[in-house]
This record gives sequence, C-alpha cells and structure tokens, in this order.
Amino acid sequence: MLEILNINKIMSVLVYTESENGKFKKTAFEVVSYAKAVANQLGTTVTAISINTNDASELGNYGADKVLNVNSSQLETFNAKAYSSAIQQAVEKENAKVVIISSSADSKYLAPILAIGLNAGYASNVIEAPSNTNPFTVKRTAFTNKAFNNTTINTDIKLVGVSNNSFGLIENSSAASTEGFSPSIPEIGVHVDSVDKASDKVSIADAEIVVSAGRGLKGPENWGMIEELASVLGAATACSKPVSDLGWRPHGEHVGQTGKPVASNLYIAIGISGAIQHLAGINASKVKVVINTDPEAPFFKAADYGVVGDAFEVVPNLIEKLKAFKAQQ
Amino acid sequence: MKILVCISHVPDTTSKINFTDGGSKFDTNGVQFVINPNDEFGLTRSMWFKEKQGASVTVVNVGGPETEPTLRKALAIGADAAIRVNTEAIDGFAVSKQLAKVIRDGGFDLIIAGRESIDYNGGMVPGMIAELTNANFVNNCISLEIDGTNATVIREIDGGKETVTTTLPLVVGGQKGIVQESDLRIPNMRGIMMARQKPLTVVDSVETPTETSSIKFEKPQPKGAVTLVDPDNLDELINLLHNEAKVI
Repeated sequence: MLEILNINKIMSVLVYTESENGKFKKTAFEVVSYAKAVANQLGTTVTAISINTNDASELGNYGADKVLNVNSSQLETFNAKAYSSAIQQAVEKENAKVVIISSSADSKYLAPILAIGLNAGYASNVIEAPSNTNPFTVKRTAFTNKAFNNTTINTDIKLVGVSNNSFGLIENSSAASTEGFSPSIPEIGVHVDSVDKASDKVSIADAEIVVSAGRGLKGPENWGMIEELASVLGAATACSKPVSDLGWRPHGEHVGQTGKPVASNLYIAIGISGAIQHLAGINASKVKVVINTDPEAPFFKAADYGVVGDAFEVVPNLIEKLKAFKAQQ
Repeated sequence: MKILVCISHVPDTTSKINFTDGGSKFDTNGVQFVINPNDEFGLTRSMWFKEKQGASVTVVNVGGPETEPTLRKALAIGADAAIRVNTEAIDGFAVSKQLAKVIRDGGFDLIIAGRESIDYNGGMVPGMIAELTNANFVNNCISLEIDGTNATVIREIDGGKETVTTTLPLVVGGQKGIVQESDLRIPNMRGIMMARQKPLTVVDSVETPTETSSIKFEKPQPKGAVTLVDPDNLDELINLLHNEAKVI
C-alpha cells in the first residue's frame, strides 16, 4: 500500500530559500522563480524549505506551492552539515527529483555535502532554465565567465546551483501553504566562535550595484568619494587586487579571479585598468561602466559605458548629478 | 601531521579560451598550464606547517601524464611527494571519488584544496571529499591554524567573516588569505633540482559512475563597443543608465 502511495505522489521540485535574521534574501526569490520554471517544464509543483523565517508565505509570490518551515534553535547560525542534512530530509520527505539552491557562499558550502548525501549529480553556476529535462541539460558558466558549458545531469536526483542574478525574479502568484517541518539535526564537527559582519553595509554578493575602485585613486584617504557614490546608489563597495594587496582596503572587498566574484546589475569601475584577472571576476555583471583617465585602459573594451576623465573630477560631479536625479525620482 | 594538497592543473588566466571537436573539448594548443591559484595559496600554507610544525606534505592531481609538470612545480615549491591518479578528470564528483581513495589509503589528516578551480569553477571537490571521507569541512578558508588535532579557521562569508573551531581530520577549501599573494613562493634552482629526485607516484583510478557529462562549450557573443560619455556631460551617463540600461 505504501509503495502505491509513493508512486502516485507528485515529485515536486524542492528549493532551499536562504534567509538572514528571519527575512528572505533576494536570492531566495530568484531560486524560487527558477524552481517554478523547472516545475512548469516537468508539470509539477514547487516545495520550498525555509529555515527560521518570519513569513514564509512571501515565497508564494514567486511560485512556491508549499513551504516546509523549519524553526530550530540548533540552526540559528549557519552550519553546512546541519543545513545540508535538513534539506536532504526535506528532499526525501517530498520525494523530490530536482533540487534547486543559490550560489551564495553558504549554499556553495553545503551543496557538495548535499550532493553526496543524495547521490545527486550537481551542476553549479547555472544561468538558465534547463534546455531539456530528458536528458536534464543545463547551461553553466566555465573558465571564469569566459565560456559556457552545457552539462547533462544523469542521476535520478539532480542538484542545480543557480548563479546569482542570472535568472532574475519572476512573479508567479501562488497561494503557498505552509507546513511545519522538524528534521533531526546531526552531530556537527565545526563550531562557530564569532561572526564579524558589517550589518549596515550592502554585501558584494547581495548588491544590485557595485562601485569599485583601483590604484588610480592614489591612496586609501581618497575613498570617501567612493563610499559616498556607493551610498547614493545603495551600492556595495569593492576594490581591485593591488588595492587590497597594498592594504588600502580590506581583503573582503577584493573582487576578481582570486577575490570575490561579482554578478551585479551594474558595476562601476573607477581608476581600474582592467587586468584580465579582474575582468574574469566581474564579467558576470550585466552592465559595466568605467571611469579612467587612460583611454587605452583594457577596461574600455569590456565596458558598456565609459568616461575618459579624472576620477577626482568625474566622481564628485557624478555624485551631485545622481543626488539631483534621485531627488526627482 | 600528514597533509594532502589537492592540485588542479589549469590554463593560465591570460590563456585564450577556445574549443575544438565541435565545441566538445578545450583547445590546449598554445595554452600554458599552471597550479590552480586557489590551490597554490593552500600549498604555500602547507609549507608553513612543514617548516614550523614538522608536517609532511603530499600533493595530488587527478589527470593524465600531461599534468606532471604542474606536480613537479609543486614539488619544487617544497612538497615532499606527489601522487597522480591516472584518469581523465570528468567532473567534480569523479575527481572527488579518486581523491577520497587517496586520502583513505594515505591516512591524511589535513586536506587542503582550492575553493574552486579557475577552469570549471565547480567548487565541488573540497566538500565532496570531506563528505566521502567523513572529515570535517570548512570552505572559503582565509586563515588556518592547527594545534595538535584542533583547528581554528577563519571563513569568508558574504559580507564578512566567521571564526570556527573544529578538529582533524579536516578538509579546507582554501583561497587568497590563507596566505597572502606576497607569501607565494617561486621555485628556485635548488628546489627544481630536488624536485627531480622526489617521488611522483602514479596510481590507477577507481570506477565511478558518470553523474554529469559535459556536452558542449560555447563562447559568449562578442560584446559591442563601449559608449563613451563626455566627462562634462554626466547627465547623459545617468540618462543612459536609467533609460537604456535600466539599472538605476
């Protein structure tokens, strides 16, 4: 009897929706939008798992049909092993065959653990809905955004990591039903001692706009205007590798191949020449603006919009004009 | 302490990325291969453990004979021994299965791998080998201290960092910060000579299921030319970003 029930059960697409301090991150809505697209292709529904969130019904706006809501004091701080185990139990409960996660640092941390636990083939950095569901084929970035790779996932359960800001948010009003879910939490071997996180600043990973500056700024004392431009735009601040190597800015701001990847809607590069290692890390950004005195700087070849001019004149000027523009909006 | 550093053999960043055989294969013609930068940071940190704490350091790569110069370079930097698992690196899972066997057979208690390779960018191997060998795992490691069997690790998170404590056996996904760029070592002549004498063992691969298959590569559409805006006409830039690009 049990077996018959299992066969008839709809195998929904399961999506892990990340949150912070009880509120969903933007990537949560993006992965739900993606999961909905996959569910439509497969003719099934979307089940989301959310951990310690205040209002899980919000996920319905992007297509979730059901939310498994976990409330656990043991999951208050992120732990890859514990979170992975909770998601795995949700996948098993729902008998899901496709599992969707984001490309945040936390999701990329737990994904390989989850893949092994589920015997699932895992494709990361996926940028589009599957081009085919049988064989299950996805397009992912490779060679640090210099190429794309079409990959098939051959296993029974498929794990897809969606590149941040690649699929976008698609509103899809469903009435999401919410159900309490209490996975068992395994013993963990990695314990968080302290977290050092600027709560008042937009992180590079979550930012729609990133304002980045390089050695052209001449010294750390000149970053005031960069911070101001970022604050006018609601942007995160970033920097080139030489700037972080020189200690002008913290390492956490270094973007590029060996630094943080950027996939924002708008990337503004000020006084950055555009070394290939830098461009590799920021290539996934949709629109790129460069401000540089040197019209021969390689960044002009990679950018959509450029201003040839002195940052010390252009940036303060741009800040004033943007303030006026924002005031009119 | 027995350290295993996983080394990916990748095209140098400045390489031209092209594909052959109808887009199914990476074109290695004229491409220079290097130690994956994220792995090199970890290798350099392992040299510190070797010199200060008496650790032994083995490097490993999963790949064909063409990857051996990259392993020799790691030996020249200072690793004691190298292992090459003789099979094509098909995907992160297949590589992890091979590495898990090397880890079990060799009894390694600290495994350092880069957070991702700069060719496939999968970011899968460190977490998968940890799970396959039942070791603790910390990703995006920017600082690593070992005291006996206890480890203190700083992990980069979105928007900050986090300090965690754990125990060996441990796998870390390393990146810049575990050592600084200026700490990287260029092999000297003595190192290169000594590397020739060090053991490079080739081992057979184990059977693995093919969980994912690469079908075809594509290159992005060529980008249009930049639109230049006069520095005296920044209103036009705001207009373009608002009305044309629709990003502000």
